[in-house]
Amino acid sequence: MPMDATEIERRITAAFPDADVLMVDMAGDGDHWAARVTCAAFAGKSRIVQHKMVYAAIGADMGHELHALALQTFVPAVPPTTPAT
Amino acid sequence: MAMATSDRIRALVTDNEIVVFMKGVPAAPQCGFSAGVVKVLDAIGRPYVGVNVLDDPFLREGIKEYSDWPTLPQVYVRGEFIGGCDIVRDMYAAGELQALLAGQSA
Repeated sequence: MPMDATEIERRITAAFPDADVLMVDMAGDGDHWAARVTCAAFAGKSRIVQHKMVYAAIGADMGHELHALALQTFVPAVPPTTPAT
Repeated sequence: MAMATSDRIRALVTDNEIVVFMKGVPAAPQCGFSAGVVKVLDAIGRPYVGVNVLDDPFLREGIKEYSDWPTLPQVYVRGEFIGGCDIVRDMYAAGELQALLAGQSA
């Protein structure tokens, strides 16, 4: 049984309150989701580490439940702590 | 005395610049995610080694422990685990993978 997208989003946001999370229904069937997560905490980390951070936040057995979750991680262009100039 | 699985994996990823642990072989992937990685690697055109984990239950489980990553395929460049299908595709789209593979092997 796949995890509900709302629940995935809730868990990511709980772990990374400043993250911007976008859930996209890839197939229109409510089963194949893409999560696009933008978070300042990813800065300077490899993509593998970024993805591991997100999976840890979701806390699911991603090998099974989340095999159909496509994940993209991004570092914000302007970190929230840096005033725009 | 057989080598421990982790030693076999270490030898594979150390002796070959680019290694993909996958379901099936590059000419005939048995899973869409593995096919996606093969497509990217073929597009880049550097020689790589495909290891079919379906032939070896020890490797199929061992590779997940080795990388602390629960899914296949897994792509290694010069001994380092860089990612699965999503990450490899994203890196390719961003030009990062081409840049990584353009570097001389150590």
